[in-house]
Order: sequence, then structure tokens, then C-alpha cells
Amino acid sequence: MSKFSRREFLRDGVAAFTLSFAAPAFLVDIARAQGAVSRNLVVIYLAGGNDALSTLVPYTDPFYYSRRPAIAVPAGQVLQIGSDSSGKPLGLHPRLTGLQTIFNQGRLAIVQRAGYQNSSRSHFQGTDIWGTADPANPSGLGWLGRYLDSIPGDPLAGWNTSNATYRALTGLNVSVPSITDPRVYSFASPNVGAEAINERNTAIRLASAAGPNRPNLAFVNTSAMEAFATLDRVASVVDYQSSVTYPNNGFGSALKTVAASIVRGIGTRVYWVQTGGFDTHSGQGNAGGGGYANLMGTVGDGLLAFYNDLQNQGLLGNTLMLQFSEFGRRISENGSQGTDHGAGGMMMAIGGAVRGGIYGTAANLNPTPDNTTLENAGGDVTYQTDFRSVYASVLDGWLGTNSTAILGGNFRAGAPAII
Amino acid sequence: MRSGDALLDHLFRRVGFGASAADLQAVAGMSYNAAVDYFVDFDKQPDDVDTKVGLPDSVAITTRGQFSPNTNIEDARQRWLFRMVHTRRPLQEKMALFWHNHFGVGYTKVAGTVGGVLGTKMMATKGGELPGPQGHYELLRQGALGKFRDLLIEVAKDPAMLVFLDGRTNTKAKPQENFGREVMELFTWGLGHYTESDVYAAARVFSGWNLRNVPGTIANDPAAYQEFIYNAAQHDVAAKTFSFPISGGSNTIPARAMAAGMQDGIDLLTSLANHPDTARRLAGKLWNYFVSDLDAPDPAFVDGVTNVYIQSDTAMRPVLRYILNSRWFTNPGNFNARYSWPAEFVIRTIKEIGWAGFSVDTARVPLTNMGQTLFEPPNVAGWQLGRAWFGTGAMLARMNFAAAVASNQKFNLARSFGATERAQPDRVLNGMLQRLTPAPYTTAEMNEMLTYLTTGGAWTGNDAQMNAKAPGLARLVAGSGEYQFV
Repeated sequence: MSKFSRREFLRDGVAAFTLSFAAPAFLVDIARAQGAVSRNLVVIYLAGGNDALSTLVPYTDPFYYSRRPAIAVPAGQVLQIGSDSSGKPLGLHPRLTGLQTIFNQGRLAIVQRAGYQNSSRSHFQGTDIWGTADPANPSGLGWLGRYLDSIPGDPLAGWNTSNATYRALTGLNVSVPSITDPRVYSFASPNVGAEAINERNTAIRLASAAGPNRPNLAFVNTSAMEAFATLDRVASVVDYQSSVTYPNNGFGSALKTVAASIVRGIGTRVYWVQTGGFDTHSGQGNAGGGGYANLMGTVGDGLLAFYNDLQNQGLLGNTLMLQFSEFGRRISENGSQGTDHGAGGMMMAIGGAVRGGIYGTAANLNPTPDNTTLENAGGDVTYQTDFRSVYASVLDGWLGTNSTAILGGNFRAGAPAII
Repeated sequence: MRSGDALLDHLFRRVGFGASAADLQAVAGMSYNAAVDYFVDFDKQPDDVDTKVGLPDSVAITTRGQFSPNTNIEDARQRWLFRMVHTRRPLQEKMALFWHNHFGVGYTKVAGTVGGVLGTKMMATKGGELPGPQGHYELLRQGALGKFRDLLIEVAKDPAMLVFLDGRTNTKAKPQENFGREVMELFTWGLGHYTESDVYAAARVFSGWNLRNVPGTIANDPAAYQEFIYNAAQHDVAAKTFSFPISGGSNTIPARAMAAGMQDGIDLLTSLANHPDTARRLAGKLWNYFVSDLDAPDPAFVDGVTNVYIQSDTAMRPVLRYILNSRWFTNPGNFNARYSWPAEFVIRTIKEIGWAGFSVDTARVPLTNMGQTLFEPPNVAGWQLGRAWFGTGAMLARMNFAAAVASNQKFNLARSFGATERAQPDRVLNGMLQRLTPAPYTTAEMNEMLTYLTTGGAWTGNDAQMNAKAPGLARLVAGSGEYQFV
């Protein structure tokens, strides 16, 4: 009983009370999860520019093999998931068995050649463009920040599991807390007992003192206030018992934390989870192994654990994962078993409400001048689906808001029907 | 601690990491201009900070076995933090940090490629202490206020950079674009000054700028190293044409004999370093670092810095002297007008609250939680600055680090207040605000802190009360919003 607050006990009722003595801990959380019904979005950012052609392999395209003699995934190793609407057979990277499982359950949507015109090959500008959904002016507010601005009131409406700040999460009024490890998200004092409480209360009063004439101080103080306001709720996820074992890496830990807060029903609507290392200029590996395979193992295993955990807790239907990266990579490999910065990439969506499948058509990798699926003299894949149309689907179809207001325009045309 | 002169306090926060009593002593009696010269001409002070490691009046380091800052990255981090606390050349460390952010090389990728021992050597080994070239950060430290052109060329040949941006694999058959792109986008003039075909051409320019491996005799041999080599056989000797003139002349770097081909890279780096647009970009970053990151750079400041930079043939020492004596730097409106970086916050907290018996190692994990792991910028563009430092978790980590130092220094803090100060709580508050240097508080905030001092029992100022209230107050100040600005 001790881990339940009075409110939680009243909400969950006798079933939870009974289970806490009779059942494994994760079943307790399943019982508690019944109260957590709000929809949430989990953004998965693959930092560095994911090589989409290694994630979803066009294993019958001879130019895939001739242009990537060292790093191409052998056709016999890809995890076949059928063909796209143009009839081109495609397969997942061999380390993505987790995603193949989800695909086979009809809950993974892959959007090929997602991007925008004149793709920036800069990490930083590219990330800002995906973050603002505004290629012409990528220095403004983020698309998720604007969404969170539209549902004010809860400092935990957004949760950044990394300690980097992303433009996507930048709002006018909201500031998304960055909470990497709930275990250290607690307040320390040189004193104990009443003296520590006195000090904490004074700290709260100091942090609430900045007026509108001191906006920069107010910004810092807001971070402090949001820490004070969220400490107790965040602490409630620390003892979460998952129904599956998550991979022992940063991505797995972050996803477990997200699952914990979804299950505990703390009310967060948008989560940001990232994993890095995708700037694979060298050492991508060959024969389906090496550096890129490790990245795929991290992604596939982590997402499958998260998917299964939520499914076990009956919360998969409330969750949408949306994956992106700032650009795709060059088609031809470089001399270091790697690939340099390119253009069109891919997006993925996973969740209980996702209409699984392969959306869009694969590029033809033959670098002839008349090949409109390529750009930059055949060097890069050109985009087909405007990434903003996918955002529009998520905002309209999942978060139940008006995408034209959030995105500053109507980008619904051409949106893949992923939800 | 405060000097009594707000401009000098400002100078200490910006060119250094705040002032200890010894730091104030070093500039006592100097005019402002003389103090600027003292900091800028730092090579007049001995570079003896490392000899203070282990001395009883120094901040401590934590050893796991032997202290090995040349081969163990955690110890390398400790050495840098130690230097920030005790250096007599604060501007040197401050500029090394600036360049570390500018060039954005991270340990993890380097160590992932060459292993932890050699990776640490590449990042941080001190010149002459082990066979092989000095580490990346030492190079930044040596070139801190030298000519930017020289620094850029040295960094292009730096083993850590050649691993981090893959130049080690750049060959004529398979040019590697990574360094060629970032040298234009991030290290010099920035986006908008080059095209994709320039990236291709730059990659070819640096083909053959590789590494030579000098293996050791045992596993993880600290004597093993890698060093820059111009690999003539792997250099693309054909002409390279750009969309911009090279050093004001032709757009083409001419075909050269294989043996002379290294000059291609020198030509491109020289052209980029000397270009006024590079000066303007650096000027903007220097404005944000030294003057303000609350306001955009004043165009007149950018022009002024650019002129000095060009006239001084890219030398940074005259640039810094110009900035620190400028009306923008000395304008009181720009005091406390920059969000502190985590390293600045941590070091100032240590210097101002105290360090007797405190180890800089205690700061390592909190720094990561604040978003700044030394030798590990998030990517080649460096850290996101300004407000980006102040996520909720990061702010909590700052408050908790203040608690860790205040708790560690509990008795020293309490004992530092004499009988006269202890007699009245407002004197204790004033004394604390001489020791710690936050931006000014409002009267209401001062009253909140006085209320804190007198909550929980009548004011006596006795040892028991001071042992609780002095560290509590120090934590409140160092954890307050006002203290997060420099």
C-alpha cells in the first residue's frame, strides 16, 4: 500500500489493493494503467542523419549494390516486408527484427522519401527545419512547442528525456522540462528536516519573484519553478516495474521512463526521445554488421520493448511513436565505409492506432539525368512526401487539434494515411 | 568574491570564472586597462597551475589508482576543472573553452575509433609528457589567443579532428566530405557562403590529410600514438574549382605535383581564415561569449572586431584587448547579461563558496546533468548556448550542485562569519553577498532571504545556527536565478 497515494488508491479501487499483494509488480501497474487514457505522442529522433537506405533496403535495385559495394546489406539478409505501391520489394535491416515484429502486427507505418525541397545537408539547419516545420524560416518556434502552447496549464505536458534543447520543443509560453533520469530529479539541501523545508520554501518564493521587466531572469526562474512543480510527479515513476526487460542502454532507459510515466498517468502529452550516432561518415560496416547494425539494434530492440510493454499494459492504443532524422545520406558510399550528408530520408510511425504499411515509393538509384527520384546529379534521394503532411496527420488525426493553426498552413495534401 | 568595483567583478566573471581572494590580490591596485592587459597578456604569468595539484590549499582531485590525466578521460576532465579553479591565466582556459565549443570535437567518437587510452591522449595529453603530439584541448589552449589562421591549420592536422570528422580516411579515390563541409559551415564563415559542389571540392583538397600510426609494444601502451601525415599518394592532384575566389584570386586551386599537394589545404584554410565573413562570424560568437547573449551583436561591434582581426592578420590577442576595452564590454547594462555555461557556474560556485576538502571530481556528473560534459560537446557545432542551458533538469542539477558544495563547506562557511556579522542576520546576508556574486536582488528577494535566516527559532548567530543557516543561505544564493548569469 505504501506506494499508493490516497488519490491513486481511490482511482484504482480495490483491484489494485488486492493485486499489490497477490500479483507481480507489473500487474499492479496494469491495474493502475486503466486510469491513464489520454493520448500521447512519443517523438523518436535519430540524431545525425539516418541512412534511410540502410534502414529500409531496396534489395533488388542493382544500383544499391553497385554504389555501395562495401556497406550494402546483402539481399539474403534483409528482413522482407513486401513491396511498396510501385512494386519495389523492400526489406528492413537485419538487426530490425523488433520492427519486423511490429510491422507484421500491422502497427508500423514507414513513409519513404520524407523530406522537403532543397534539403539542407547541414545537421543544424536540418534539425531546425524539421523542428519548426518551416524550411523558409527555421529560426522560429517549434511545431511541438506551438502545439503545447495551445494546451497550456501543465508544466509536464511535454517531457524531454534528453538534456539537449530542441527547436521542435520551443514554445512561446511553454518550456518543456528536460528530465533525463528521474532518479536524480530531486531536490537537495545542505540541511535536513524543517530547515531543508524552510530553505526549499524560500527557494520557491525567490524563483517566483521575477517580474515581466526581467524576462531572462524569469526564464531561469521558470525552469526552477517547473522543477519544484514537477518533482513529486516525476518521483512517482522511479519505482516503475515494467512488464518487459528493456535493453540496457540510454535509449532503452529513456523509453522505459516514458512507459512509466504513461502507465502512471502523469498527464504528459508529448515525449521527446533521441538516440545518436547516426552521422555515419565512416564505419557503417558491411555484410549487415558493424556500426550501423549496432544503431539498428538499439533502435529496433528498444522500440519493440516499449511497444510490448505498452501493449501488455493495455496502453498501446493511447500511444503514437513518430520517428524522424534531419536528412538521409548520400547514395554512394565514401571511402570510409560510410556515407556523407544527403537529402530525402524516411519517417516511421508506430502505435495501436497506426495503419501499418509502406507508404510512398522507393527511389530508383540509377544516376541518370532523367531520373526524377534523385537530385544533386544523382547523388542524393529526392523527397516525395512533405514531412509537414505527416505532422499534419499527427496533429489532426491523433492529437485532435487543427494542424493549419499549428503549422501555419494547410499541409494535409498528400499526407500518407498512417493513422 | 567581490572586489568592490563592479566593472572589475564583471571582468573576472567574463575572462575567468569569478574571483577568489588570491585572484583579487593579483590585480589589486591596477587600473581597469592594466587589469585587462594582465588577463590578455597571460603568458606573462607562469603556466604553473598543474604544480598545484595535490597541494593542501588547492581544490582536491579524486584518484582511482594513479592520477592519469593524459590517458584517462575522467582524470583529464578533473585536470581541466582544476585548472579553471586555480589558473593564474584564466583567459587562457576561458578561450580554450570557447574554442572547444567552436571546434566541437567529442571524446566518445574518438575513443570509439582508437580506444580509451589513445582517445584521451588525442583529446587531452599535455605536450611532452608522453610520446606523440599534444592533445586537442592542449592545442586549443596553446593557440588560445594566437592567430586564428594558425589555429585552424593546426586543428585541421590535429589527430582528434582527423578521427572525429573522418579526415583520416580521406583519399583521392573516395573523398570524405565531413571535414570539408564543417570547416566552411561551422569553423569559418558559415552557411550561405558555399555550395554543395564546394563541399565536394573541399573534400578533395584535404584528400591525403591522414594519420600515421605509431604502435606501442603492449596493449593500451601510453607510448603509442597517431600523428598527422600528408599522404601524397592519396592526394587528388587535379585542380579544384570553387564558387568563390581563393584568397581573393582565382576560384581554382591549381593542379599540383603530388609532393606539393598539401598546399591545397593550406590555401583553402588560409583563404577561409583571412576572409572578413569568417571574422564577422567569430565576432558574433565572441559577442555572445564576452559581451551579451541577451542582445544580438551590435553591428558596430562586429565591424570593429572584424577590422582588428583583419589588421592583426587574424591574431586573437588584439581582438580580445579590443573587446575588453570596448564600450560594449564596459557598459554596465551588459553586466550579468549572459547565461552562464555549466562549467562557469560550477567553477564560480567552488571558488566563491570554498574548496577546502572538496574534490572537483564531485562536479563531473552534475556537469553532465547540467548539459556540459567537458570533452563531449553534443556534436561538432558545440553546445547550444543561452537559454538552452536552462532546461528544468539542468536547473535542478545546478541547484543541487550548489547544495553539494554548500554542504561540503558547511563549517568553513559558518566559521567565516565573525562575531560582528553574526550579531545580526542582515549582516550575515550582506557578508554572503560579498562572498558570492549574483546579479542584484530586489528588496523583496533580500527580505525573503532574511526571513529564511530568522525562520525556525530566534536569531542568535551561535555556531549551531550558523552551521545550518550559512550553508542554507549559500545554496539559496548559488541556486537562485540571479546567480545563473555572468
